[in-house]
Amino acid sequence: MSGYLITLGTIIAINGIVACGLNVIVGFAGQISLGHAAFFGIGAYTAALLATKAGLSFWAALPLVIAVSALIGLLLGIPSLRVREDFLAITTIGINFIVEAIFNNFEFFGGALGIGGIPRVELFDLKLRGTEFLVLCLFFLVVVMVVCWWLTRCWAGLACFALREEETAAASVGISPVRFKLLAFVLGTAMAGLGGALYAHFMRFISASDFAFPLSVSLLSMVVVGGMGTLWGPILGACIIGVLPEVFRPLVDYRILFYTMLLLLMIRFQPGGLLGENSAARRVLAKMRPGGTS
Amino acid sequence: MQLFIEQLLNGLATGSIYALVTLGLALVYGIMRILHVAHAAVYTIGAYVGLLFFDLTGSLFLAVLGSMAVCALVGVAIERFVYFPLLKYPPFVPLIASIAILLSVEELCRLIAGPQILTFNATLPFPEFHMAGVTVTSTITAVYCITAAVLLLLWFITTKTELGLAMRAASQDMAVADAMGINSHLIVSITFVIGSAIAAVAGILVGIYFNQVYPTMGAIPAYKTLALIVVGGLGSVPGAVVASLLLGMAETLLIGYANIPLPRDALAFIAMIGVLMWRSQGLLGSR
Repeated sequence: MSGYLITLGTIIAINGIVACGLNVIVGFAGQISLGHAAFFGIGAYTAALLATKAGLSFWAALPLVIAVSALIGLLLGIPSLRVREDFLAITTIGINFIVEAIFNNFEFFGGALGIGGIPRVELFDLKLRGTEFLVLCLFFLVVVMVVCWWLTRCWAGLACFALREEETAAASVGISPVRFKLLAFVLGTAMAGLGGALYAHFMRFISASDFAFPLSVSLLSMVVVGGMGTLWGPILGACIIGVLPEVFRPLVDYRILFYTMLLLLMIRFQPGGLLGENSAARRVLAKMRPGGTS
Repeated sequence: MQLFIEQLLNGLATGSIYALVTLGLALVYGIMRILHVAHAAVYTIGAYVGLLFFDLTGSLFLAVLGSMAVCALVGVAIERFVYFPLLKYPPFVPLIASIAILLSVEELCRLIAGPQILTFNATLPFPEFHMAGVTVTSTITAVYCITAAVLLLLWFITTKTELGLAMRAASQDMAVADAMGINSHLIVSITFVIGSAIAAVAGILVGIYFNQVYPTMGAIPAYKTLALIVVGGLGSVPGAVVASLLLGMAETLLIGYANIPLPRDALAFIAMIGVLMWRSQGLLGSR
């Protein structure tokens, strides 16, 4: 495989991990978040600081990175309990802008210069690069997907689904909205933190603008385009959003225009996502299934 | 003291401009419950079209009129072709569509007019004031006068005319308004016409005030105005205006006198989260 394809694949795998985390918050628990890039950034910065300042290895730092991301996700999840829907959307946008501003303006986080010199991941004295790192990312993607799959099967996940459909009704049968919303936030931000750690060790240089608001929009687009609340939706979304700009590369200057227009058309004509309920793909699959109704 | 007053006047001008952009957003949110991020796209188009007409005709009056007409059309097109069909989906579906429109328009402007900053060399026909050593430039006078005029006109339309009554009815409950013989979809479109025309005025005013027009000029207002309508109380037009004026002054004074380590654009969001925690319905909103 060429280096170009490996790089593209690694970025898509990392985005897939982060999009799965966002899907837990948005698709499973029904809580809109437009600040997911902030948590991705918190994971990346924690990993970078632990690697460069504390000298910890990727593996030693990973539990810490996930814990810090989840803890901050918990802290920032608390305000979101007070606000719903549109308010929540704007609050999370605000969180994204504030976190980016903090990374960009405090000396501790490297300021505008960012953090460089992040070492490669080592495994059994082998420095992972290229294909090996891609395999590592894919391994974590599978882990994240297994967690998501398990969540769709266990009681906590079902409680989240109930909250998504009708919060008042769920609360009336004894499902605590506070507990399960926070659970979704913690799980989702922990996955974002994991993605961030991988990103930091892959790029080996990070700066605040990598985690700005447009990335949050891309991440939410991945979840929505793929199909919210589905298991494979975020992965499909990450592939589409990751590959499209590359496919449009021959268009040179018109590339971003085509990409944004296509995104607009997809949202406009398939708002439930490509794999969501009632989508064209689902209908075709239902027809192909033996005994399926047309 | 002199400097302080000048800072305050500058802040008030910044706040007035915020108010002009936020107005349309608050109107649209009030009636459609959609976060119309693409409003900033309409505002960018307003500035570009205004500049184009000004260069072609040399008349600022024609430029403003033409830009208002074009923006009104763009606003209605967005409402008819994108928002209305998406109304029955969760609110973030139209929100993402709206962000996609904003990005597309930024790209279109970049491709058509070029990525460079264009200058808007127009002098506004307003007087300059000198009082006790404080100078109020003609641009700032213009910003005050135009904002006041737009606000008065909007207040008159929404409270004193039948159209305003229909707008208020549709914003409370579209289905009931329909049952009362109001064509609420038409009212929604008219709201977009009014909001987008105001955005055109704001775009031209910003273009002249800072003497620059560029493709991404809508990027920061797009999200800052969201924070402002939350602080004001979602859908409350007076709240949005008060919040805009306060933020404009707070930003200018804080940057001038307090040494805060964060950029001014983050302030709006910090204020917003503070207000949300203290009064979750916003300054002038009702539960």
